[in-house]
Amino acid sequence: MLSNALRTRTNLFIAFIVILNPLGNTFLRAGMSRAGAPSSWTSQGLALFFGKAFQSGTIWLGMILLMLFLICYMLVLSWADYSYVLPASAGSYVVVGLLGSLVLGEHVPLGRWLGIGLICAGAALVGRTSPATGMEG
Amino acid sequence: MRTALLVAVVVLAGTGGDVLMTMAMKKVARDEPWTWRGGPFRILRALAQPLLWAAVGLMVLSFLAFITVLSWANMTLVVPATATNYLVGAVGARLLLKERVSRMRWAGVLLVAAGVLLVCTAG
Repeated sequence: MLSNALRTRTNLFIAFIVILNPLGNTFLRAGMSRAGAPSSWTSQGLALFFGKAFQSGTIWLGMILLMLFLICYMLVLSWADYSYVLPASAGSYVVVGLLGSLVLGEHVPLGRWLGIGLICAGAALVGRTSPATGMEG
Repeated sequence: MRTALLVAVVVLAGTGGDVLMTMAMKKVARDEPWTWRGGPFRILRALAQPLLWAAVGLMVLSFLAFITVLSWANMTLVVPATATNYLVGAVGARLLLKERVSRMRWAGVLLVAAGVLLVCTAG
């Protein structure tokens, strides 16, 4: 039988995933938009572009956050079902919507809020199932 | 046709990568109870698994197909189309990982896929 500790640990790691992934992507996007598009698509132009991008602390912060996301994703998959983790981590769309609306002041259309509601409902349904139908790990 | 083919590569290679990564992680964690201190060692042991590197290869293929298809197709078409990965993922979990996907979990997966579709198409 599954322990409550397993469910709590799984949901804790999914919470990390749901926060770290959009946060990492937000920093990457902010850093890359500041770096601007490559001035030319030659190897020299691309080297200059990547050189400039990797000097940005924002991009490094984004990459560190995404690396932490990947570690959490790998660890949670070492004990939990993929068919549990995949839909449950779609909660990152909810975080993106909330970050966009509350922090960046972006307009979020009604249809998008409806979609966010469906994702929450779906993730809640998945959350009622056992995180690991195989053996404990 | 070209777009549909590449979207299929994005979804199948991406899901395939996730399935292989799950296999690799389950393998390194077999018969080993979880401890917070042991977590980093679990990651290190996974890096020695050929399955993990096959997973990374498929994820890279998925990413390359994704940016390639974006060079001609609209993002508003491509991103929602990749929401099918929630369904393909559940099928892969059932068939390849032998997970027990209950009716409630299927219902949740369908709601999430519909929600992602709405989020990506609204506005």
